[in-house]
Amino acid sequence: MSITGKDVEYVAGLARLALKDDEVDTYTAQLQRILSYVEKLSELNTEGVIPTAYSVSTSTPMREDIRAVSLERDEALKNAPSTARGCFKVPRIIE
Amino acid sequence: MSYETVIGLEIHVQLATETKLFCGCSTEFGAEPNTQVCPVCLGMPGVLPVLNRRAVEFALRTATALDCTINTRSVFSRKNYFYPDLPKGYQISQFTEPVAEHGHLDIETSEGTKRIGITRIHMEEDAGKLLHGEGAEEDSYSFADLNRACVPLIEIVSEPDIRSAEEAVAYMKAMRDIVVYTGVCDGNMEHGSFRCDANVSIRPVGREKFGTRAELKNINSFKFVKDAIEYEEQRQADLLDEGGTVVQETRLFDSAKGITVSMRSKEEAHDYRYFDEPDLLPLVVPGAMLEEVKATMPELPRAKRDRFVSEYSIPEYDAGVLTATRALADYYEAVVKETKEPKASSNWVMGEVLRVLKEENRDITDCPLEPKRLAELVTMVKGGKINSNMAKEVFEEIYKSGKTAAEVVEAKGMTQISDEGELVSQIDSIIAANPDEAERFRGGEVKLQGFFVGQIMKATRGQANPQIVNKLLKERLKG
Amino acid sequence: MSITNESIHGLSHRLANKEVTSVEATGQFLERIKAVDETVNAYITVADDHAIAQAQEADRRLSSGTNITPLTGVPVSVKDIFCTKEIRTTCGSKMLENFIPPYDATLITKLKAAGAVILGKNNMDEFAMGSSTENSAYSPTLNPWSTAHVPGGSSGGSAASVAADECAASIGTDTGGSIRQPASCCGVVGLKPTYGRVSRFGMIAFASSLDQAGPLTKDVEDAAILLNVMAGHDPADSTSIDAPVPDYTASLKEGVKGLKIGIPKEYFIEGIDPEVDVAVKSAIEVLKEAGAEIVEVSLPHTAYAVSVYYLVATAEASSNLARYDGVKYGMRLDPTGNLTDMYRATREAGFGAEVKRRIMLGTYSLSAGYYDAYYKKASQVRTLISNDFNAAFTKCDVIVTPTAPSPAFKVGERTEDPLTMYLSDIFTISCNLAGIPGISLPCGLSKEGLPIGLQILGRSLDEETVLRAAYAYETATEWHKARPKL
Repeated sequence: MSITGKDVEYVAGLARLALKDDEVDTYTAQLQRILSYVEKLSELNTEGVIPTAYSVSTSTPMREDIRAVSLERDEALKNAPSTARGCFKVPRIIE
Repeated sequence: MSYETVIGLEIHVQLATETKLFCGCSTEFGAEPNTQVCPVCLGMPGVLPVLNRRAVEFALRTATALDCTINTRSVFSRKNYFYPDLPKGYQISQFTEPVAEHGHLDIETSEGTKRIGITRIHMEEDAGKLLHGEGAEEDSYSFADLNRACVPLIEIVSEPDIRSAEEAVAYMKAMRDIVVYTGVCDGNMEHGSFRCDANVSIRPVGREKFGTRAELKNINSFKFVKDAIEYEEQRQADLLDEGGTVVQETRLFDSAKGITVSMRSKEEAHDYRYFDEPDLLPLVVPGAMLEEVKATMPELPRAKRDRFVSEYSIPEYDAGVLTATRALADYYEAVVKETKEPKASSNWVMGEVLRVLKEENRDITDCPLEPKRLAELVTMVKGGKINSNMAKEVFEEIYKSGKTAAEVVEAKGMTQISDEGELVSQIDSIIAANPDEAERFRGGEVKLQGFFVGQIMKATRGQANPQIVNKLLKERLKG
Repeated sequence: MSITNESIHGLSHRLANKEVTSVEATGQFLERIKAVDETVNAYITVADDHAIAQAQEADRRLSSGTNITPLTGVPVSVKDIFCTKEIRTTCGSKMLENFIPPYDATLITKLKAAGAVILGKNNMDEFAMGSSTENSAYSPTLNPWSTAHVPGGSSGGSAASVAADECAASIGTDTGGSIRQPASCCGVVGLKPTYGRVSRFGMIAFASSLDQAGPLTKDVEDAAILLNVMAGHDPADSTSIDAPVPDYTASLKEGVKGLKIGIPKEYFIEGIDPEVDVAVKSAIEVLKEAGAEIVEVSLPHTAYAVSVYYLVATAEASSNLARYDGVKYGMRLDPTGNLTDMYRATREAGFGAEVKRRIMLGTYSLSAGYYDAYYKKASQVRTLISNDFNAAFTKCDVIVTPTAPSPAFKVGERTEDPLTMYLSDIFTISCNLAGIPGISLPCGLSKEGLPIGLQILGRSLDEETVLRAAYAYETATEWHKARPKL
């Protein structure tokens, strides 16, 4: 499969990455090279093979529904680049 | 042209757990912004989710109530998108393998009972809340409160079996009854604990193929469901009649204007890149847990209503009112247990109890009059100890004071006079004091009986047993 | 021997004998860091004050004789991927330049409880993405053996800090070789435990289904000592294994007599550096002489491991790194007052080139229309790779291979060519995909004087046998005693 500049722009949009003009070409070329390399996976017949998503095969553990201590609000907001009204402040969302 | 509407509902039910789906923060509504948050629900670097057992139990309970097939193995997935109310940049949800599938819910429609298929139930975490700035200075900002982030939800997806706004409302109401009954949700629609998205399309009557659907977002009242769907039916019909086409899109219901508007902002990123959540292994429901859930399933509203009719021989109407909430039904049953008088008990609960609760804007769960004290009153009336007028007075008193009916009756000297000897002498003196009326009565003016009863009641301060008074009056007046 | 030359067990002994206090030892390590780190750049943050306070506390424990572990009073370093309460945690990224976590990683809590002194936070490839530590936003770490060469990565700062005696030992993380490959490059011991053996809570995620923390140490015994402290179930990590933790030092010295050592033919391929080939083959001879039985095994899907890894790891990473959005913590650029522009500008400026490249690749492989061909296919081949190991371990107890195809490469040599950089991990990646334990230990020096690493892989949860084989090799040779002339 070959990747186009348009694909790169679409993916950058999904991933919320700004691209400079020359970066579209660089990424297209680099991703193309990597994708050509991984293309060799298609040599393998994997019909019926169950995909592995986890390295552990047990069931997810469950915790009891018991309250734990939350952060103090100051602590929760301390690392935020911008806060107001006890909240994380962000550019206005238009709906 | 005439069209048929096809509706599928996606109902989001907030589970009534103490803590969030993946961390120990409180789920309580209404706290100050960002006071119920921790590194996990803030999506801080390196933190990991751990699943809340009760949330799983609640999902299983709902699935059981809706006759779903429970998948003993289900998988959590990440739904990836950026939004300031979504701290991790993905929502942990279930996608390919949900916790339950293939259920149904029966609803009452004007044409009888109708079965609506349930496609699936999956577990997921809620997002936070965004507040929007007001006033010049804050106009260009929004504010993220992450208290609600990671609160447990189940999403119940229906088959496209619903054909009208009325059916949609009936379905939603029946669903709300079930989740409230089973204790998995507080059902509070104003707080958003129970809300829905509706997929609405129309097709010419007789055609099998579905039309293109619009997804109506975040509808949080029964009235809005009705309004939104009706508006949307009309909008789509107008479009098709004018030779246009319906576009598949997300639309937001504007409850103030009663219209739906396109949400173009949400259109762009429908590429959610789902994949299995590597931080949570598959959920394998332990057999013992499933058995426990089944063993402790409460009786569902429909079954309870039917049982009330058959077991207590009360009218369907009464059964419907009394089973409106589990707490009211429990209250009623507690009263009947003492009185063994289903209909009289029903009258009292539906009448006086609900009236005063309504006046005081209280819920049955904090009714100050316990079923036992009400039962005592009902029994006293039934046994003829006091008459119904007195009973109403006693009711007010025991409701307010916490005294028993016997105490009130005793204190007020209200015991009913049923002794015939005592009543005969009272009656005789009343007849003697009103000779004209007695004569007219004997002359055939039967309605004067009421006058004499009134006089006797007045003389006995309402304590005379009216049945006996009536009987004795007839005998004495014949004289 | 100087204090900073000491292993954990050597220093622990001297602390117990009151030859030195923890405060003194900590002071010497801090001096050493001052002297050499300007050259090596193994640390992003040195936590002097915290370290001295911890050393004072350790000295109280040592003098009262209560609650003493082999780590009490021993100065160690940790990769800057572990969240440390009140100490800046950058993960090698500009994005987190000022991030101060309000919590400790479980591993940090465990180290503190054992009485270890944490000297500071090691340099690393940004978000653990890289094989050279050149992708750090805080300048590359250089190899203490030759500053013209890279220390490997992504735990390059950890490996270099151990090799340069800037700590007694270090903790790193390994997603595709990020402990073992730098250990190999820097001539130290690096162990990646079984996935789930050590808690990931508070360890900043790169690829959640592959990431695992482990020790980088001066010898094998130290790796066992550190693993004793690190291993164990953590209720805060749902993927953590709830299995008993053995004393990893107990069976260390039992030797390899009768142990079956598998040699996978797919790992001795063309393109492998001849010096590496020779060193590893003579290491196998050493193990044979020590009584091990050598058997040939096959891991037929080895050639696909790099492809699988770069699809799976980047897909997970693209999602794991979505939280760096300029809202809750970290960097923010808001050029226009528009939300999407804020996201895009923040992430463009906050992430380095390699991180962005991997986010792009991972996003692409999960996106509509490509999921089946890339992510799903890779996850299926991952199953085949696991199956290869299961089959091989029916014929042998451990598998021995080179850690990396070559000794450390030159600084700047591979930065322009991502794919060649990715191939540095060709021998370490399969182990992560299968979730099994693996260790790298020194087995030679190249003519240039650069270390060469031997990799030993074991069955799931069988770190004991891996450590035993490694210890047997180490005691039969002198390579671990070689030190860079810094």
